[in-house]
Amino acid sequence: MDRFSWSNGLLEINETLVIQQRGVRLYDGDDKAKLDVGVALLSTHRLIWRDIKNHECCIAMPLSQIIYFEEQAAGIGKSAKIVIHLHPSPTNKEPGPYQNSKYSHIKLSFKEHGQIEFHRRLTEEMTQKRWENTPASQPIPTGTGPQTGRTRAVGIVGIERKIEEKRKETDKNICEAFEDLSKLMVKAKEMVELSRSIANKIKEKQGDITEDETIRFKSYLLSMGIANPVTRETYGSGTHYHMQLAKQLGDMLQAPLEERGGMMALTEVYCLVNRARGMELLSPEDLLNACKVFEQLKLPVRLRVFDSGVMVVQLQSHSEEEMIASALDNVSDKGSLTAEEFAKLLGLSVLLSKERLLLAEKMGHLCRDDSVEGLRFYPNLF
Amino acid sequence: MSKQLETFKSNLEEFASKHKQEIRKNPQFRVQFQEMCATIGVDPLASGKGFWSEMLGVGDFYYELGVQIIEVCLALKHRNGGLITLDELHQRVLKGRGKYAQDVSQDDLVRAIKKLKVMGNGFGMIPVGGSYLVQSVPAELNMDHTVVLQLAEKKGFVTVSEITDSLKWEKERAGHVLDHLLKEGLAWLDSQAAGEPQYWLPALFSELTSRDVTPEEANQMTP
Repeated sequence: MDRFSWSNGLLEINETLVIQQRGVRLYDGDDKAKLDVGVALLSTHRLIWRDIKNHECCIAMPLSQIIYFEEQAAGIGKSAKIVIHLHPSPTNKEPGPYQNSKYSHIKLSFKEHGQIEFHRRLTEEMTQKRWENTPASQPIPTGTGPQTGRTRAVGIVGIERKIEEKRKETDKNICEAFEDLSKLMVKAKEMVELSRSIANKIKEKQGDITEDETIRFKSYLLSMGIANPVTRETYGSGTHYHMQLAKQLGDMLQAPLEERGGMMALTEVYCLVNRARGMELLSPEDLLNACKVFEQLKLPVRLRVFDSGVMVVQLQSHSEEEMIASALDNVSDKGSLTAEEFAKLLGLSVLLSKERLLLAEKMGHLCRDDSVEGLRFYPNLF
Repeated sequence: MSKQLETFKSNLEEFASKHKQEIRKNPQFRVQFQEMCATIGVDPLASGKGFWSEMLGVGDFYYELGVQIIEVCLALKHRNGGLITLDELHQRVLKGRGKYAQDVSQDDLVRAIKKLKVMGNGFGMIPVGGSYLVQSVPAELNMDHTVVLQLAEKKGFVTVSEITDSLKWEKERAGHVLDHLLKEGLAWLDSQAAGEPQYWLPALFSELTSRDVTPEEANQMTP
């Protein structure tokens, strides 16, 4: 930690901010630094840290001080960390929070995650070494100097070697995983080609393949994640899975729909259903495909797509005329309404109330006043 | 075909027993996995009922992320009109996931967002300044709007003169685009700025220059 200097945190000309991450605590070697949790900022030239509450407390270190760094995985009760090994400070270093330290490494502890991106960007900056091309207006002392040569040799080289060994071990595991993955993909590709040839056969001999077999084929495609080569559409309507799902949804959504004025955006349904499930979640496509068969199964809910592309699930009992009539009533009552005001009145989301007003307008009952202040609807007196 | 399917299924099971952890813990592995699947024409995230999802658990990871993304976008819509930088989205999702959850990379977010598109709520990504803006409302944004957003990225705001100078448009075209952004709630007008009016984009506000506003506070402010 004695490599840091006090800083005002302002970037120099030619220095660019690369990434920042909140919730970072610094460690002097293996001990917690006597600083609170703060924001870590990585620029093209420096590593900067600022206290979250006290912005005056800001320290920085040139990236050239960094020899090597590695990730330290999170553990039980422990956040993930990046361990950074440093050159000794140059003699002309500006004062910082620590006069001296027995450690030549620091740690960044990511209490609010973000270590993956930070590590990636740090790797990029340390590879590109952009600070060498565009020196900041302040001369940044580098870590190498003749007097530092000797002390480096033993301690740091030993550390580097250990890190290198551990990295080779991890690399080996990853290599194996990638090899196995490649082999798996070769087999998967065979499946894709097989499904294409079967799909062609189905297309040609329409009569020979039974309904049952077609349905079974579709569910194979679903399992493999292959798009239906015949219809090109997401192999949805037709699999038993989606039919079952549709029935479940039909039951499950009754009460929530009633509470929300009979209509919910598909994204709302997605969140509601998946939060309730906890695991074995539905994919967006699963949900969409299940909704597409509501009508076919004569369930009391329907999927509806508005002109804008917004998709909603609505109660069958909620007739179009009712919705339009209520929109007209409310607007006439108040003289005029915007989507936000209408939403507040009805307890609906702004998105859906806007769709209702647009629908009423389409049917000729309302007309719009479109200005920079927003879209407002009036009863159509024309 | 069912016999081949069974064989493949057991291959996948074997792979999963050895490497399932790798997928969950290693974001580079996830990227590689996704890219390989795309190359052979397989979408491992298409269905929660797919083998990939069931045996490798890739599905739950991304679908849950989808829920978190939707919730963050919804919570901030009153402030930024439905446009948010990928960086800010990333930060907020991480915060929401809590200390003990698995870390997610920006690539993970991008893939989850791609899946959310099918639900028709206007999810999209606009390339801006080396990263992306994530759109979560069905506002129509054409090339002109996108280009102005990109121009505004450096300072968080843009003026008519800046547009006419750098893009060489007529004043009318610039005004048209800015009006649309205002209407959609994506831009705020500062008519008291020194010189000429400035059009600010809340989506581009950085941590350093903004303070969170609750929906109640937003409603109390005069339009």
